Amino acid sequence: MNNLNAILDILKQIRPEFNFAESKDFINEGLLDSFDIVTVVSKLEEQFGISIDGEDVTPENLKNLATLEDFIRRYLDKNES
Amino acid sequence: MNLEFSNKKISGILSVVPSHCVKFLDEIDNYGFSREKCLNLQKVMRFNERRIVEGNECGSDLALFGLEYLIAHGKLKKDEISALILITQTPDHFMPPTSSILHGKLGLGEEVLCFDINQGCTGYLYGLLQSFMLLESSLKGKVVLLNCDTLSRRACPQDRNIYPLIGDAGAITIVENTDDNNEISLNIKTDGTRSHWLIIPAGGFRMPSSEKTREVKTLPDGNRRSDDDFYMNGAEIFTFIMTDVPAEMKEFFQSTSLKMEEIDYFMFHQPNRFILDKLAKKAQIPEEKMPSNVVEKFGNSSSASIPVAICHNINQIILKKKLNICMVGFGVGLSWGTLTMSVGPLDFCELIEK
Repeated sequence: MNNLNAILDILKQIRPEFNFAESKDFINEGLLDSFDIVTVVSKLEEQFGISIDGEDVTPENLKNLATLEDFIRRYLDKNES
Repeated sequence: MNLEFSNKKISGILSVVPSHCVKFLDEIDNYGFSREKCLNLQKVMRFNERRIVEGNECGSDLALFGLEYLIAHGKLKKDEISALILITQTPDHFMPPTSSILHGKLGLGEEVLCFDINQGCTGYLYGLLQSFMLLESSLKGKVVLLNCDTLSRRACPQDRNIYPLIGDAGAITIVENTDDNNEISLNIKTDGTRSHWLIIPAGGFRMPSSEKTREVKTLPDGNRRSDDDFYMNGAEIFTFIMTDVPAEMKEFFQSTSLKMEEIDYFMFHQPNRFILDKLAKKAQIPEEKMPSNVVEKFGNSSSASIPVAICHNINQIILKKKLNICMVGFGVGLSWGTLTMSVGPLDFCELIEK
């Protein structure tokens, strides 16, 4: 499973009623509330074996699939280097 | 704003929690989530149980219970009290001040100064600041600082962003002058441009409570609340806590004589364990020096959460010895700040149930 599909899978598990692929702004469009964000961060840490800094848990990084994928990629790159 | 004080001490802390205990697992049907999702959330946030008042009980009832307990047990004498400072967001009435009501119920003398301050999760620091300032004046005797809130009564039981976190509590802190040169450093910041991120929109004079404001609505994210209820912009508040709070702490410790390594305990306001774990990591604070277990046991009790954390976690130590304590508050306002001082050995440090 590539990163994008893994992220989408996590989001679908948390809020199966929403179409995350079509959303441009998860938070402002009401797809994720603050406890969903906590759950997403926890699941991403588990899935990708990373520890996400609290200061990186921002509405900008969690805005949509593209920003999330980029966000995870940065963490994975940091771990590899 | 950086402020320095000396020759002041905390001589005792009493926390009062309601005996009414609610469990997260008993409430999950309120939140519109599947059981599996709630259990996952419980794992991440460590939700377990919390203490909230029943019926029309007020924060001042918790404070009064604690004050009467201290007086009955000889730990506080009425004629020692020079001032009552009450920090709350849930007063008995808009007027008179709740501290005046307590003054009357306790039968205190006319010379006792009383005032209320509307503050939330930074309220313990604001209360200590006001206590120190009063003690810098010619005021003699003890300042009794009261932090009490019953925000469970203003949170919608169906709002899963707020309701599972909220706890009610009251705390009494005795502050007085001392001959010991106890250096105290305090820094508090405010950003009113973000004040709408933590708000009870209706019920004041800007938006009086009405049938319309009391109507519970379903929001796009599935949460439910009315305009009379406590609202938190959770995503933005999370970012605020993770950016502004550690930055302020770093700035604070660059200017204070007490260094981070010299701190015995970091007593943070207790929003939830997830946030506290992330904050501890960011600020490089060892887990054993920063208790984060209050929300899962009592709930987030706003300005009372720091004294509740002290009484719950380090009471046996602080009764016997002096500790360098760093207190960090953040929340409504938005306001945030850090205070360092030596505390202990205390005359009393206890958590009781009403």
